[in-house]
Amino acid sequence: MAFSTIGSSGEAAIHGSVADALRGRRRSDTRGWAFEIGLLASLLICLLILGALILTVVTDGMPVYSDRGWEFLDGGLSSIADRAGISQGIVGSFWIAVCVVVVAIPIGVGSAIYLEEYAPRTKLTSFIELNIRNLAGVPSVVYGLLGLAIFVNTFHGFSGADGIERSTLAAAGVTLAVLVLPIVIITTAEAIRAVPQALREGAYGVGATRWEVIRSQVLPYAAPGIFTGSLLSIARAIGEAAPLIVIGAVTGFFSAGEGLNAQNVTDPSHLSERFVALPSIVTTWAKQPDEEFKVSNAAATIIAMLVFVLLINSIAIVLRNRFEKKRSS
Amino acid sequence: MTKVTIGRQSTATEDVPLGQGIEVAHQGEANAASLPVVFTVKDLSAFYGDFRAVRDVTLDVRQHQITAFIGPSGCGKTTVLRCFNRMNDLIPGARTEGTLEYHGVPLYGADVDPVEVRRRIGMVFQKPNPFPKSIYDNVTYGPKLFGTRKRAELEEVVETSLRKAALWDEVKDRLKESAMGLSGGQQQRLCIARAIATNPEVVLMDEPCSALDPIATARIEDLMQEIKTEFTIVIVTHNMQQAARVSDSTAFFSTEVNPESDRRTGVLVEFDKTETIFSNPSDERTENYITGRFG
Repeated sequence: MAFSTIGSSGEAAIHGSVADALRGRRRSDTRGWAFEIGLLASLLICLLILGALILTVVTDGMPVYSDRGWEFLDGGLSSIADRAGISQGIVGSFWIAVCVVVVAIPIGVGSAIYLEEYAPRTKLTSFIELNIRNLAGVPSVVYGLLGLAIFVNTFHGFSGADGIERSTLAAAGVTLAVLVLPIVIITTAEAIRAVPQALREGAYGVGATRWEVIRSQVLPYAAPGIFTGSLLSIARAIGEAAPLIVIGAVTGFFSAGEGLNAQNVTDPSHLSERFVALPSIVTTWAKQPDEEFKVSNAAATIIAMLVFVLLINSIAIVLRNRFEKKRSS
Repeated sequence: MTKVTIGRQSTATEDVPLGQGIEVAHQGEANAASLPVVFTVKDLSAFYGDFRAVRDVTLDVRQHQITAFIGPSGCGKTTVLRCFNRMNDLIPGARTEGTLEYHGVPLYGADVDPVEVRRRIGMVFQKPNPFPKSIYDNVTYGPKLFGTRKRAELEEVVETSLRKAALWDEVKDRLKESAMGLSGGQQQRLCIARAIATNPEVVLMDEPCSALDPIATARIEDLMQEIKTEFTIVIVTHNMQQAARVSDSTAFFSTEVNPESDRRTGVLVEFDKTETIFSNPSDERTENYITGRFG
């Protein structure tokens, strides 16, 4: 190096010391190492529990499907274990999902849009928001009591019949819709809050009204989040057993239903009748002394429920990805 | 293009360059005072809640002129600009006192619809903020809001707006592609096209080049010169050279500290034709700022 003012031996010494420093007699980083191991252990424990859960359910439940197949899904409740099926449960869970879609999602999304876009930022608004967050944490059985007091007793399960308590599927569906309402509001509000202010200003800047800004910019941008939140709330609703039992899901055995066909599942007359749903069937069967009910049939029902929920979640993921691609491309 | 300058305080002073190397593009010749006044601002103060962000702003913005607001950070220049199309309405607690008239109509009058205001007074923001839609949809967004539905008309608007924004040649073959795929400078020109597509009278620009490189900045400055024959432009800029290059008149804002509350309030120090501000300012604070002794 022509411009070097120190001799080559001095330069070599500097190089040597820099090289030593960089290659590093590393400080022993015990804490960092222990932290990483701790994190990994937590993850492994989670995976282990999940794996064990799925393994038990599948080993217990799959024989029912391999032995009886479609017949198990198609059959009605029965006190004879190898005749019992879950068709009424599927019908019940389907209509609960419909109630969530029809009741909770429009009301929840509407409330969230109002809170985020229209409501003045006052103490009252933040108080309301805080309470919605708290509602999302209320135990589901409490919602069961609410449903029992209001939808079953006061509104007679929306059956139109006077003076009688009616534990109808409609009452159950509406109760679960109310249960997931705070979740829909919170996820929607968060999706709306994530819309960049610059986007709103851009639209206001060319003379859009508030409604036009919301319709053309805010909602399209927030749509993936709103969809995901809505679908997850459906998944939550169809997994709940406790409120259904409080409201009066059938917990005994009653004889075979009509079986599953498209017309039967989608017949809205189910709404004014007594009901079961997949999770309430699981709780009922799991209490039976009979091993075939307690183990095999309950596990097989859980498999059906898991497939149902996974299906909804994958729809959520696909829809979200599609929307996000549209947003960024 | 005839370059005209404004001279509200037109005390005929000789132009003594301060010698800090800022060139002023506009040599005042015609009498700008004859141009119609678009904005009349008198003793305007803007508040955020109890906090007075800027006070005592008095200036006139004239048609087909570029008026620049310069000054250090926090001096309220953006706040004043955002009052001009009532963009500050979006911030809870924001309000104004004093006179702010647009063609003689008080902009903050009780019966004035802010949406109508923004239709006449467009805005370009500091960070390019195209909508996550196609280039075509970005430009047609405003015209569609105002009821233009015919395809031919919309296509016409897209072409003329993009041509005025000096973007047409770069994007004419990919109008249906997403605006998010454009470079920063192209996005900002698209935002200008979007703002002028509704044919506003005024275009407000809030530091439109602060996120752009020098080449993109130069393109936007050229473009401003071209469109000022059709629009009145008010620009906020941090960049003094930019104000000197593009503007006809310049308002210099500074801050004052309130000794009681220790809060800073912006204040308009001086407003004059750009040439005068940069060569012979009447206020010492202006001179200190433009010669680089402060700010």
